[in-house]
Amino acid sequence: MSIWEYANPKKFMQTSAGVLPFVWGLAAACLGVGLVWGFFLTPDDFRQGSTVKIIYLHVPAAMMAINAWVMMLVTSLIWLVRRHHVSALAAKAAAPVGLTFTVIALVTGAFWGQPMWGTWWAWDPRLTSFLILTLFYLGYIALWQAVENPDTAADLTAVLCLVGSVFALLSRYAVLFWNQGLHQGASLSLDKEENVADVFWFPLLVCIAGFVLLFVALVLMRTRTEIRARRMAALLARERLA
Amino acid sequence: MMPDLGKYAFAVLASYGASLGLLMAVVALSVWQGRRVKRQLAEIEARAGERADG
Repeated sequence: MSIWEYANPKKFMQTSAGVLPFVWGLAAACLGVGLVWGFFLTPDDFRQGSTVKIIYLHVPAAMMAINAWVMMLVTSLIWLVRRHHVSALAAKAAAPVGLTFTVIALVTGAFWGQPMWGTWWAWDPRLTSFLILTLFYLGYIALWQAVENPDTAADLTAVLCLVGSVFALLSRYAVLFWNQGLHQGASLSLDKEENVADVFWFPLLVCIAGFVLLFVALVLMRTRTEIRARRMAALLARERLA
Repeated sequence: MMPDLGKYAFAVLASYGASLGLLMAVVALSVWQGRRVKRQLAEIEARAGERADG
């Protein structure tokens, strides 16, 4: 069995139909447990007070804002190299979901920043790179809408995705590149000294799992919609010719 | 029971409200689009089937 079997739309539709209910269920369970645990059952931080509860939304959303772009990069490269339509449609399907996570990261960051830094916004490296990432998401979605021929749209958006990947990486490592912003370093680290305390870490892990699963569920569902829309366009074109 | 959020209640509740609202919006929009396209495709396939039969 090869992974390329799933490049066949029929095979993808069959497999995703079976997998989707489980992914939705797991996503709902992880998000429910993680957010209730984080919001109701964790203590306040000794410095940040109750605002530490924002971590359960802000960190998973920011992680997925970047990881969604990485997924789009991989699927765009598959399209450019192997010309599998499902791959290009999966990238298209992921963009609005990635944009939503990026906006959540920015909004929760602003709500968190106001009481901690005394400002809603600062031209900090990480904040600014996330704003640019948002603009890349919007440009990517707009480009898909603007080009009528789907294969040309897939080619152009794949190239835009390659360029945007630089900013996605920049967003991830901005704190390390320029050590002059307000934003703190990574909240999650394999180094126990740098990592957040266990009492926050475990519910955060559950929330991250929930966001990843929600992303997978949404992308699978939206890719199925894109495949159907593509078939619909082909049938309509055939109707016009008949 | 609602935890005591103290002076940061607005920041925390606004974060949860905005985030859950955005997540629900993207899920609802994706489900709605999926159902609409599925219905339209079924109609077009039915039309194509009728033409093939007739």
